[in-house]
Amino acid sequence: MTEPIVSVRHAVKTFQASKGGLGGKKKFVHAVNDVSFDIQPGETFSLVGESGCGKSTTGRLIDHLISPDSGEIWFCGKDISHIPEKEMRPLRADVQMIFQDPYGSLNPRIKIQDQLGEPLLLHTNLSQGERLKKVQELLRTVGLSASHGERYPHEFSGGQLQRIGIARAISVNPKLMIADEPVSALDVSIQAQVLTLMKKLQSQLNLTYLFISHDLSVVEMISDRIAVMYLGAIVELADKRDLYARPIHPYTQALLSAVPEPDPTIKKDRILLEGDIPSPVNPPSGCLFHTRCAYCTERCRQEVPEARDFGNGHMVKCHLAEKFAGK
Amino acid sequence: MEEKILEVRHLTTEFKTGKNTAVTAVNDVSFDLARGEILGLVGESGCGKSVTSLSIMGLFEDTAGRVANGEILFDGMDLTKVPKKQLREIRGKRISMIFQNPMSSLNSCMRVETQLIEAIRLHNDLSHGEARKRAFDMLAAVGIPDPEQTLRSYPHQLSGGMSQRVMIAMALCCEPEMMIADEPTTALDVTIQAQILELMKKIRDKNNTSILFITHDLGVVAEMCTRALVMYAGRIVEEASVLDLFASPVHPYTKGLLASMPRLGADIRDLTSIPGSVPDLSAMPKGCKFAPRCPYAAAACREAEPELRPIPGANGRKCRCWLYGADAEKEANV
Repeated sequence: MTEPIVSVRHAVKTFQASKGGLGGKKKFVHAVNDVSFDIQPGETFSLVGESGCGKSTTGRLIDHLISPDSGEIWFCGKDISHIPEKEMRPLRADVQMIFQDPYGSLNPRIKIQDQLGEPLLLHTNLSQGERLKKVQELLRTVGLSASHGERYPHEFSGGQLQRIGIARAISVNPKLMIADEPVSALDVSIQAQVLTLMKKLQSQLNLTYLFISHDLSVVEMISDRIAVMYLGAIVELADKRDLYARPIHPYTQALLSAVPEPDPTIKKDRILLEGDIPSPVNPPSGCLFHTRCAYCTERCRQEVPEARDFGNGHMVKCHLAEKFAGK
Repeated sequence: MEEKILEVRHLTTEFKTGKNTAVTAVNDVSFDLARGEILGLVGESGCGKSVTSLSIMGLFEDTAGRVANGEILFDGMDLTKVPKKQLREIRGKRISMIFQNPMSSLNSCMRVETQLIEAIRLHNDLSHGEARKRAFDMLAAVGIPDPEQTLRSYPHQLSGGMSQRVMIAMALCCEPEMMIADEPTTALDVTIQAQILELMKKIRDKNNTSILFITHDLGVVAEMCTRALVMYAGRIVEEASVLDLFASPVHPYTKGLLASMPRLGADIRDLTSIPGSVPDLSAMPKGCKFAPRCPYAAAACREAEPELRPIPGANGRKCRCWLYGADAEKEANV
């Protein structure tokens, strides 16, 4: 087995939600709760879950935009969890991000070619002329024309802006690309364009993707392996085919059955979850999912389930996993 | 023939952009909604689906928008012509609306109770106590576990799914004959979306409410609706029963839209996209509005715009495409 490009070991991250004071207790949002996984070079690893499940926080931990409270994050054989920014600098070119809001991630007052040239200015020794040439080449790679560089962000549509965001991310030849909901803000017809572009670039440039999304159908198309998150923890992690063919955790099962299928002839047996996601300030005891789980037992309420392996890297955190797997 | 609750005829809505200029957001849109029917209105952002719903509700006061042409017959009354006072009696009582973002549609400074009671007492001659009782029952009916607690809450204390339930309760509290749901689940997570969709179907079955369901998500349409309209650039390009629409889409745009939908069990290689992007309302192409992105476009498509024509013998199906007409004529000649 090759060495993973990213290893996350028991990462925990909490944010302070209230200061306490006047005899009150300090409150913390448990955003990421004991998360461990590896990303292999060249694969697309996805984090999927509903809002507030900690998928974006995990992405930001790997990009060293925030540091974990405990646990380790290894990137290319180096523990980056607590290194100072100065040491992270040289690694920055290797990790690039694509964001959800393509307009918000570009400066409205700078021409596209200057924005695309900036990472090159920081991370390479190219001259001004060479940079411009490279920028025009990048624009063509993502399906725009060189003349688009003269324009400002407001002159583009959402899909084109996301292409520019991708061009900026690949400009410095990163090893890992973190895509945080890159297509959620786009219309379906445009979404397909961007996804196909990402897949094409991956094989051309040998990229590794960490893909963060709430959309299970999008995730299935683009990923090799998928981790399902709930309230800051990974509840199930498996190869794409395994996960969709044989979801074991009751949450994964409910999540998959809730996806509306664009086919009116399919009548699904929908698993309707009761209630809402509990607040991450006050996560439930025992199994995090027990408040909404139809199979909840006394043990689930008290004991935190360990990760169990069901072969081929299929990892499930559920006390009753054997029962569901046997089904 | 079932009874029609809503008939929209040649609706055209414009927005003023300058002193003498305007853009047409909705162009010659006609459709019917039967009692108890859930009709889907699908399209991408900017296609005019929300403007259609706002036109029906007459919610253009103090904005640049106005209904420039056409009629909206609700139970035989033309909503574009009825006096304001009468319209206010219909809105909220007989037609109600659910919006996309529940958080910004509720007043954040008022308790849920105050807002619900206001809506109920505005249209019904009830005492405060009776209205509160009805509000409590409505919240229970939409599946809120602790209605008493929720009544006393402020909107920020509720989750997204909960506030959308409150919105639905508010829309339902006067037992409307028709509901317009404008992307009611788009802001919600999938598991919560499934709950809300289930709830809306239940309401329809119980009260025989007609629902105009506006969404960009074809998956949701497949699940909820019996019939659907596909909109593009302010026009209806295809009208069909949901079964027909998904089994054999006719318009190239519908075909493209369905092919570009990521779905469970599909591979990325199955995904095809529609090239280009939606035209700007102020710079519409001549001829068929979809022609610049259409893989089948011929010279004629770029010259003149096709009509929305019924497809002969196909159960109320309509399509706005030159090519379809040409094929049909060819077939007729053979």
